[in-house]
Amino acid sequence: MDKSITENNVISKDNYKSYVFEKMPKSSHWKNMFWAFLIGGVICVIGQAFIELYKLWFSIEDAAVLASGTMVLIAAILTGLGVYDNIGRFAGAGSTIPITGFSNAVVSPALEFRAEGYIYGVGAKMFLVAGPVIVNGVTISVIIALLTLAFGG
Amino acid sequence: MECYKSRTLTFTNANIIEGYTVAGPKENDGRYKGFFDIALEDDMFGQKTFERAERKMFEHAIDGAIAKANLTTMEIDAVVGGDLLNQIVSMSFAARKQHAGFLGLYNACATFVESLIVGSCLISNGFENVVCAAGSHFSTAERQYRYPLELGVLRSPVTQWTATGVGASVLSSASETPVPRVTRATIGRVVDYGIMDANNMGAAMAPSACDTLVRFFKDTNTVPEDYDAIFTGDLGKLGSDILLDLTRQEGYDISKQQHDCGASLYWDEQQTYQGGSGAACSALVFNSVLLSRLRSGAYKKILIAGTGALMSPTTSFQGDSIPAITHLAEVCI
Repeated sequence: MDKSITENNVISKDNYKSYVFEKMPKSSHWKNMFWAFLIGGVICVIGQAFIELYKLWFSIEDAAVLASGTMVLIAAILTGLGVYDNIGRFAGAGSTIPITGFSNAVVSPALEFRAEGYIYGVGAKMFLVAGPVIVNGVTISVIIALLTLAFGG
Repeated sequence: MECYKSRTLTFTNANIIEGYTVAGPKENDGRYKGFFDIALEDDMFGQKTFERAERKMFEHAIDGAIAKANLTTMEIDAVVGGDLLNQIVSMSFAARKQHAGFLGLYNACATFVESLIVGSCLISNGFENVVCAAGSHFSTAERQYRYPLELGVLRSPVTQWTATGVGASVLSSASETPVPRVTRATIGRVVDYGIMDANNMGAAMAPSACDTLVRFFKDTNTVPEDYDAIFTGDLGKLGSDILLDLTRQEGYDISKQQHDCGASLYWDEQQTYQGGSGAACSALVFNSVLLSRLRSGAYKKILIAGTGALMSPTTSFQGDSIPAITHLAEVCI
């Protein structure tokens, strides 16, 4: 495919981006999706297992909250042990979307910026990755709430 | 066709009397295992932070190079070089321990060849001994340019892996035995072909590498066949492929001579995708493998082209494209 470009047309500043796009290796979407669904699914099954376990002693609402907390704790420990980034390297969205991904997004910068101290390091940088998710999540939930109110959903 | 002025300098006595390398653990597991003077077992290097580890690597590389060349710190006129961190702190802080004059340089991953050129100029102007050093550290670069280390993200297949290591050369105006010399050098210009993706630095840098190489061939009336090898800094595999296409279009086929320091640094199993990047690539490979091959006579004339992407995280977030630069040095024995 690169031959067609180099032999028939000239690579110039104008067509350079499209030339590069044709030449560069692409992410394998099917492979990425497979791993994302598999690992994401496994994480959710583990979460569900904790809910079922906690239901033996608590109400369903309390069990769900406790299960989320447990998953966050496990992900935080795995991040600290340097395991979670290895899972994320091939699971992609599968390990980012569940609540464990959120835990990883908070713990990893906190660990990383520990060297700059608890205030300017951990405190200031902890929400480096998760901050935009929280801000945009809250903003969108407010917009949806207003829409629901306006259109009487 | 536009008309350019020559950008090539000629040197007569820029002898590279010694080279010294400090490599990270992953780099020493790569293709050039055993070529490095110091290979770290742990990339913290016994320090509390990665930044201090990088600084210590610079200190060891500079002191090591001076000692290996049988000189003392008092005999060095100047230390030149830089690293990838903001305000080039690793190199500057390491230079505190030196008595010599210091010039801090930054041209991203082209810094090592830039330091060779500046060092050669100083030698031409009467300095006796100059140390040129450059390097990078995966963990300090990653936290400055990309994500926290432990964040689980899917890496794009066009990404490269910032190499951990520091390389230093000692240039000297006189040498008793024949040693590799910097004979000519072309100063690069900043070239921007509009690549926006900071993951795809090979594609951003390839046009600048082509620009400098072609400029050198035209300035000096040479052809790629005159050289035993042409080493680019850290274009990676994709960037190297692009460079071959671009230079072919300009009438120079460098496919037989071209190698990339970054792309050749690691084995495929080390999962660096396009290979290594960072100022360490050319500094490590040049001061270990290339110098020893030149000394043994396996290579007689080579070109080393340091390639640098000059963006910062701020410019990337603000939606600016990536300017790139390539400096080239001709090294002969």
